[in-house]
Amino acid sequence: MSAPAASIPAGSLRAFLALVGAGYRRFSTYRQAALGSAFTNAVFGFLRCSVLLTVAAAGAGGTLVGYNPAQLATYVWVSQGLIGVINFWTQLDLVERIKSGNIAADLLRPMDIMWMQLATELGRSLFGLVLRFTLPITVGAIFFDLYLPGKPHVYLLFVVAMVLSVLVGFLCRYILCLLCFWFLDIRGFWTAWVLCSGLLGGLQFPLPVWPDWLVTTLWVATPFPLLLQGPLDVLVERESGAVIGLQVVWLVILFGVSRLMQGRALRKLVVQGG
Amino acid sequence: MIIKTAGLRKDFEVRKKAGRLRRVTETVTAVDGVDLTIERGELLGYIGPNGAGKSTTLKMLTGIMVPSAGEVTVCGLRPVPDRVALARRIGSVFGQRSQLWWDLPLRDSFALLRHVYRVPEAEHTTRLKACRKLLELDEFMDTPVRQLSLGQRMRGEMTAALLHGPQVLFLDEPTIGLDVVSKQAVREFLASLRDKGDTTIVLTTHDLADIEKLCERLIVIDHGRVVHDGSLAALHDRYQMKKQIVVELEEPWAGDQRLDGAALVGVEGLLIRLELDGASVGQVVAQLPAFRDLAVVEPGIEDVITRLYGSDRG
Amino acid sequence: MANPYVKLLGAQIRSQLQYRASFFLDLSMATLLSAVDIGALFLLFRVTPALGGFGWREVILMTAISGAGFCMADLAVGEIERLKHYIRTGLLDTVLLRPMSALGQLLVLDFATRRAGRVVQGTLFYLVALTVAPVKWDAARVVYAIVAPINAAVFFSAVFVTLAAIAFWWIESGDIANAFTYGGRDFTAYPSTMFHGWFRGLFAFGLGFAFVAYLPALALLGLSEPIGLPDWARWCSPLVTLVVVLIARATWLAGLRRYGSTGS
Ligand SMILES: Nc1ncnc2c1ncn2[C@@H]1O[C@H](COP(=O)(O)OP(=O)(O)O)[C@@H](O)[C@H]1O
Ligand SMILES: [Mg+2]
Repeated sequence: MSAPAASIPAGSLRAFLALVGAGYRRFSTYRQAALGSAFTNAVFGFLRCSVLLTVAAAGAGGTLVGYNPAQLATYVWVSQGLIGVINFWTQLDLVERIKSGNIAADLLRPMDIMWMQLATELGRSLFGLVLRFTLPITVGAIFFDLYLPGKPHVYLLFVVAMVLSVLVGFLCRYILCLLCFWFLDIRGFWTAWVLCSGLLGGLQFPLPVWPDWLVTTLWVATPFPLLLQGPLDVLVERESGAVIGLQVVWLVILFGVSRLMQGRALRKLVVQGG
Repeated sequence: MIIKTAGLRKDFEVRKKAGRLRRVTETVTAVDGVDLTIERGELLGYIGPNGAGKSTTLKMLTGIMVPSAGEVTVCGLRPVPDRVALARRIGSVFGQRSQLWWDLPLRDSFALLRHVYRVPEAEHTTRLKACRKLLELDEFMDTPVRQLSLGQRMRGEMTAALLHGPQVLFLDEPTIGLDVVSKQAVREFLASLRDKGDTTIVLTTHDLADIEKLCERLIVIDHGRVVHDGSLAALHDRYQMKKQIVVELEEPWAGDQRLDGAALVGVEGLLIRLELDGASVGQVVAQLPAFRDLAVVEPGIEDVITRLYGSDRG
Repeated sequence: MANPYVKLLGAQIRSQLQYRASFFLDLSMATLLSAVDIGALFLLFRVTPALGGFGWREVILMTAISGAGFCMADLAVGEIERLKHYIRTGLLDTVLLRPMSALGQLLVLDFATRRAGRVVQGTLFYLVALTVAPVKWDAARVVYAIVAPINAAVFFSAVFVTLAAIAFWWIESGDIANAFTYGGRDFTAYPSTMFHGWFRGLFAFGLGFAFVAYLPALALLGLSEPIGLPDWARWCSPLVTLVVVLIARATWLAGLRRYGSTGS
């Protein structure tokens, strides 16, 4: 059996968009919880921003590894907003569906399970843009001087990088959740992912704080810096097209890996009769 | 007298959406002035349609919920303030909830409950042995609870509720969703418990068969009020609930036929519906013309409630 | 007869060990997670000589007190944040039907054994920090060095319980509790002088987080508080913790009462 077809037939695009809409509506019923999370993101914005600005103020020329205070503030507050859009730490529904065996029902649907999961997650991200992205950034803008790029095309590049980072984040999580086909309980892997995506993605500190050899290795060999560090560097004008190029390369790699794994997983499922 | 309530009442404040942003607070009275007196050793059926207030009453009797008004004493204690003391004297099985440990075998759950309730070893062993026999637990004592069927789990729950030798056993819809065999096992077990006579049992249910097989006394509650307190026979008499027979005839019903001891209550093409009035099913069937199929319909609890409701108004 | 809480705890650990491989991976990852927090501190000192006016030997003591205290609290009561879930699924009713304290049962029912590694690691790190930091040892300071991490643990536990109890009133509160639990850990890992204005006022003194690690560390180091607190205030942490514990207790009991009258 070959890997399931990975393309969406043209007629399915409407179904896909409908699923995105359904995902959006589903998550928008948790508006209060989103407000609570946005509040938490704002508190962490204060904590991280204060620490980094204090360190910068004591450092050479009032900068921290080349970021001036306004760039640092933008870096921190936008990263807190991005958490709710990329949703790195939320497990996909897939895990529950595999554990409960409901995955068998999904396989009967005319749409590939990957596209179904992606649609739901895109719906979640869209809803994340409404409250979880805007609220922390607004709070940051009120209490701190944020760096605002002057050239309009930077914003456009940032939006592209953000969309790509949502997709990279999705594929990473999708691959982890597929592991559930082999190991019923993936909590250990997930803890490892939460650790790496935050720390190596640039959530606690911008990556250049780390030793140079490590930063280079991370950029070259892992997708982690593309989750937050990449898009944020685009926004504060330290990087531009290169980030997007790298994101596209990783998307292709991760996509290939996930298709391969999915093919094997489903074959295993068919062979074992669920 | 082991349970007594007077004017027991529970109001819930429910916030409802009214328009886009406005919200209004409504008061729902789930239990509305219930007076109960239950003697030691009774098996009481507490029935009513969905949302009648059965579970809410049980929650107030077990100390999970504070009444909005009224008096309650169970085993001589006030349920909420004396929750911990009362918990030792009562057992409970609340339909969908489980008090067993999901990932552990029944055997381990029972051993844990012995410590939770501080039951002496010898007493525990005797009671467990009795339950194992009556509820036929032996086959699955070592299976993790998550792998048990609903019927097996419910038998486990029943045992768990009884291991500390409670004076009162509260059962909220214990047979809901069970297969016929498990239902039967649960009923027989409750019947033997009733016959021994030292456990008072309060049972809520939807299932008329539960009531018919088990309860001498029946309390019917609707919209939070007690509408009947007495035996099932008294309930049938009072509201003239009768068995019905639905018959599918070979030929359309000829309107002039008379039947002794039964009344025609509906005709629909080849289907006729008869209500028994003094005669047995056999006597009526003997009088019928050729028919293809026949079903006997027992008066359901829902029908009783419908009538009660009707008679309230009229 | 054995203590029922101990028995329940044993059962919980046994059922977690059913997924052995995942359990040990989780245990090691969780341990690594907190080791990384300490590494992060050294990263900052790579690019700056001082944080909030303190050198690394001094800051490391604050980070260690806060870290050890937080790990212990997280192990003991961290899972109480699942209260929302217990209310939704009705587990809280089952708990209330047993002749034991509701809080005590909830704590052992979902005990997160995988967090145990962190406590060992946090304690070891604290011992190292005590030897590295220039502590002005005397009898009172020996006692305070033992009290400080325990005090921090009790403080964080009270914060966990208070915030979890919010679910009794507001079940859809999302992860608002994290702002003060994990946020509190982040705040207390650094000297309070790193923060400014009303934000510092609120977290350090309004919510009392300065008393968790910053002030006890200053007492051990024999340093005065640069913001202008009197020296005796550095020794008052246990009193502040007592107040926080009383608040937690009152909130929890009020929450249980509310659950009893609304059932949701
Ligand atoms: N926690 C609660 N909050 C608000 N309303 C409730 C709550 N629990 C029950 N109710 C309402 O009280 C009424 C009685 O419910 P319940 O006692 O569960 O009925 P029964 O068990 O007889 O089906 C219903 O209308 C139900 O919606
Ligand atoms: Mg009910």
